[in-house]
This record gives sequence, structure tokens and C-alpha cells, in this order.
Amino acid sequence: MKRRTILTTAAAAALALSGLTTTAHAADPIKIGAVAAKTGPLAGGTAVTHWPNIRLWAHQINERGGLMVDGEKRMVEIIEYDDQTNPGETIKAVQRLATQDEADFIVAPYGTGLNIASAPIFARYGYPHIAVSAITDQIPDLAKKFPNMFFTLGNTSALAADAVGILAQMRDEGKMGNKIAMVNVADAFGIELAAAARPMFEEAGFEIVYDTSYPLGTQDLSPVVKGAKAAEPDAFVAWSYPPDTFGLTEQAMIEELPVKAYYTAVATPFPAFGGRFGAAAEGILGAGGVNPDSAAFQDYAAAHEAVTGNKPDFWASATTYASLQILEQAIEAVGVDRAAVSAHLKEATFDTVLGPISFDENNSNNAFWTVGQWQDGVFQGVASRNRDGAKPVRLKDGWK
Amino acid sequence: MSSVEIRNLILTAIALGVCILLPMADSGYWLSIGLSIAMFTVLATSWALFSGPTHYISLATAAFFGVGTYTTGLGFETLPFWSLVALAGMFGALMAALVGLATLRLSGVYFVIFTLGLAELVRQVITWAQNQSGQKGLYVLTDITEAMIYWMLIALAAAVYLTGWLIGRSRLGFALRIIGDDETVAAHSGINTARAKVLLFMVPGAVAAMTGAILAPRYVYIEPSLAFTPMLSFQVVIMALLGGTGRLWGPLAGVVPFTLLWESISSNFPNQTTLLLGLSFLLIVYALPRGFVGLLDRLRQRVTGGVS
Repeated sequence: MKRRTILTTAAAAALALSGLTTTAHAADPIKIGAVAAKTGPLAGGTAVTHWPNIRLWAHQINERGGLMVDGEKRMVEIIEYDDQTNPGETIKAVQRLATQDEADFIVAPYGTGLNIASAPIFARYGYPHIAVSAITDQIPDLAKKFPNMFFTLGNTSALAADAVGILAQMRDEGKMGNKIAMVNVADAFGIELAAAARPMFEEAGFEIVYDTSYPLGTQDLSPVVKGAKAAEPDAFVAWSYPPDTFGLTEQAMIEELPVKAYYTAVATPFPAFGGRFGAAAEGILGAGGVNPDSAAFQDYAAAHEAVTGNKPDFWASATTYASLQILEQAIEAVGVDRAAVSAHLKEATFDTVLGPISFDENNSNNAFWTVGQWQDGVFQGVASRNRDGAKPVRLKDGWK
Repeated sequence: MSSVEIRNLILTAIALGVCILLPMADSGYWLSIGLSIAMFTVLATSWALFSGPTHYISLATAAFFGVGTYTTGLGFETLPFWSLVALAGMFGALMAALVGLATLRLSGVYFVIFTLGLAELVRQVITWAQNQSGQKGLYVLTDITEAMIYWMLIALAAAVYLTGWLIGRSRLGFALRIIGDDETVAAHSGINTARAKVLLFMVPGAVAAMTGAILAPRYVYIEPSLAFTPMLSFQVVIMALLGGTGRLWGPLAGVVPFTLLWESISSNFPNQTTLLLGLSFLLIVYALPRGFVGLLDRLRQRVTGGVS
């Protein structure tokens, strides 16, 4: 045991000095490149969802001695770059990883635009591109253009449709009325979700009594919430981004917005959301979800906190980790040949923290969570596509 | 044309010829670095054409650039690519003319603030239009390769240098130098200062829009926050000032070292990139207040100064 610790330490030291020394005693490490924001608008999201999972994964693999490739154990070495939330930098960094660092594999960047901007480079050098935070309705087109690009977190229409579906279900069970107040942040994802949801609400027979948008970065959201309150809705739905998810909820607490269902989109599953609003968060619906009661998720969450010092979020964190597990299992199955890994990704089923994942003819994972709800201090998945463990949805019961 | 000018033209032509060969040598990493250099050379040189002689600091590059990317993003399915680049140039020039008419009669800080606000204004207009139509980002899926984009930028750079050289020899260029030295004197000598400034401001406007149009296929996915990033405007100003705006080749002398510095910082210090960039910028401003051109002039003076 002691000898093994020394070996691990030696290997880690060799990793740290790679470039200066070449490891003579063991197999070369597998180089894994990672490009995402460390600065710029997306840095807040990557710090919660992206980077901790890469560190956790590398830590776990190296702790158990590496990946088994062609009969020998090989450690993984992570090469990180900051793309500054700038597509030009993402492209350059992926290019650098492919040609200068000669990375064996590259982890997908963070953010829809940055994933798609770098897709041609992944394709040109034949790297499998397992995207996580790239939610779009263009998956079939993109998969046709970039055959090695895979999608794990779902698409826009499903997120909007299932949120509408949950509310329709609550109404049909007689738990609430028919009036919806809907707001959205006037930026990329908020616009797309609102545009998708509007006709769905109408088709489901809802009456939209309040429909407005606010610019990204709006500080004072009290007019939005007051306006919604004045329209006397039964449910409040906000297609929101992290800052306004927090801002709207703060205002809703102040106004004690009397709704039976309250939904905010991105960042609702962040541990910081539950931490900030405490008991008032109870019953709040949001985009995403997991099955936090599954043993796999609980082991993962414990390891995440032990290694990185923070809790994972209840949506994309586990999916990011699952994307790395998929890569790991593909490498152990077919080795470090990238073409073989890509081919394997299309065929195999992978056992992940979220449960089994496989990719369809559009390279898309069809089993993902769409709506979750804070219940007893935990963000529980309440609606999904092809995932087990959804909890029954509850009514929003006050703000205390 | 003097013999020195002919020599300079030939040297420039040879240099451009060498640049054209880059994609043959490497189609990966170095091409992407070369592409960055070509892009910033075009942007910084055209920026300096206007801001050099007039001393008006324009932060509108991102606005024109974004308009160019959106021209390609909206039109690439219906129109041939070359016509979109031309169209973007026209939009850029038109927008620059409108902005110029509204603001170039003002001077100094008003102009700087307005140009900074312009990128944000156009971005908000596009976001508003998207919010109305429910359309998110645009996908520019084309077969245009990085090498083709690089060649187009080199061609654009050649055009910018030619334009700059011609302006320098023209009455317009002379008028602008006088305006830069003293605007009141220029007006009293019968120069229509507003007209001269607006005409010249259209050059960087058109060029930045064309650059955006050419680069759109490289970004593949276009959304307002990426197309109108204010960072771009500042990068262009920093690079041009690092080189020096007194000479036509001045910005190039800033773009090349700055791009390489940026690249080496990004690759070696992924966790401190922004911090180190800020520090090196402070150092540059402190050590080289007049850019590389100023440094070179000072050295030359020191060498020849002892003799004459």
C-alpha cells in the first residue's frame, strides 16, 4: 500500500514536470484537453458545473491507477485552457490542444455558442465531441454536419414542453386555475424557450394573462413581478438566466406572489439557490433535475464535495460527469484510437451516474431530465424524458 | 513616384506574397495564429487610418464587426458569399457615415463615449428583433475553410494598405493631418473638417464590417453577445497604440507581438490570463508610450543624432 502511494506520488510529480522529463518507468499518461471559460460572462457557470467535474474525474481515475488501455494502466493528464468566453479563443485553444499539445481527447467546451464554434475543429482532427451545455433544436442538422458531435443535455423544445406539461397536469388535477404569467430574459436561451412555450401554453388551453420580457442584466425586477401579480395568475413562469433567476425570486418573496406554481429556468438547480432562499425555495420549479435519491447520484455528490469542496448542482453537473464517464468507458473498451472511440460512442450503451446513456441516429441522448422542484431542501426531478425516479409535483405553498 | 516609394511597394508586395503561402506550410495551429494576426492587422490598420491623424479614439470596431457577421449570418443561404462581404462593407460605410454626421462635429470624449455605446445599441436592437421574432442564434454552416478565410483577410489587408497609401498622398490625407494638428486652423484655412472626418471614418467602418462578414463562417454560430463583444474594440485600440499610429505599418508592429504575447500567456498561464494581459498592457503603456514606431524613431535619432 505504501509502495503504491509512493508510486502514485512519483507519477504525479512526473506529470507535473511533463515536458521537462519523460516518464521512464510507466506508460505515458493519456492527455485530455479541456477548454472553457475561466473568465468572462460564463465563468460563473463553469465554476459550478464544468471545472469541478473535470478535476473530480481526473482525480478518481488517477487514484485508482489510471485507465486500462491495451492491458496497461495509463494515468490521465488534464491540460486546461481559458477561452475567456470568446469563440475566437475557444477555436484557437482547441486547435492548440489538437496540434501543439497533441491531446488524445478533448472535453467539450461550455456554452452553446462556444461548443458550436469549436465543432469544425473537433471534426477536422477527428476528436469525439461529447457536448453537454449545448441545448438547441438544431441537433439533427449539427449531427449531420459534424458526425462526431454528441448531445447529452436535451433540446429546447423538450424543456419548454415538459414545463408546460407539468402545469397542465396540475391544472387538470384541479389543483390550480388556468391563468399563466410568463416572462423571459431578452437573450439567447430565454428568447428561444419563450418562443417555444408560448404556442404550447395556448394549445394546452392556458390563458396567458401577462407576457413580457426584460433585458439581460436588469437589476430592478420588481416592476416585472408587480406586473405579474396584478394580472392575478395561477402560475408564474420565467425563462430566466442565473442573475434574474435569483432577482425574480427575491422580488416574488417580497411581494409574496400568490401563485400555486412558480417556475424559473437556468440556475434554479444550483445549490446556491436552495442555500439562499431556504424554506422559501420549497415548491419552486426549475429547468433540469436529477434523481437525487439514486445511490449513484449520492455517491457522486459525496465524492464531488470531498474532492472539490463544493456540492454539484442538480442538473448539468451530473451530466458533465456522465459525459466524462462515457469517454472513460469508450477508451477502456476500444483504446485511444479516436475514430474507434467515435464509432463506439454511436453503438454502445454507457453506464453513468444518470443511469444508462446511449446515442440515437442523431447522436442525441434521449434520456434526460426536463423539470425539477425544490422539495424538502433537495431539487428533485419531477419530469423527464425516459428517466426513472420522477417525484410527484407539489403546489407552491407560500414564501415562508 | 520616388524610388523609395517604389522600393516600399515592391517590399510590401513580396511580404504579402510570403503571407499568402502560410496555409501551404501549416493548416492547423500556425494558420489559426496567422488568421488572428491577419484579422487584427486589418482592423488595427484601418482604425489607425482614421484615429491616427485625427486623434479621435473610436471604440466602434465591435459595432461594425457585428453588423458584418450578421450580414453573412442572415444572407449566406440566399446570396453568394463575395456579395455579402461587399454588402457588409456598404452597410459598415453607411453606418459610419450616419454616426460620423451625428457625432464628428463633437470632439474628444463625446465621440469616444458614443462609439462605445454604438456596439451596445446595435446589439440591443438585434436582441429586440430576436425577442420579437423568437429567433435565437444564427447557424452559418458553410464549406468555407480556414485557409480561404485567411486569404480573404490578406486580400483585405492589401486593400487597406493601398487605401492608406493613397489617402496619405491625397488632399484628404493632407487635410486630416492639419485637422489632427489643430482643428481650428484647419477650419480657418477653408477645409470642410466635418466632411473630411466623415469620409475617412467610413473606411474603418467598411473594413471592420467586411472583416466580420469574412469571419462569420469561422464562428459557425452567431449570437449578439458573441458578435458585438466590446473586448474586440479595446483589443484593436491597444494593438494599434502599441505599434504606433504615425506610420502605415505601425499597427502591424503592434499586432504581431501582441498576438504572440496573448497566445503565449493563454497557453502557459490558463488560470491568470486576464491578470497577466492587464499587467503586460500597463507595462507597455509605461515603457512604450509612443508605441514601437516611437521607440524606433528614438533609436534612429540617437544613432544619427551624434553624427549630424
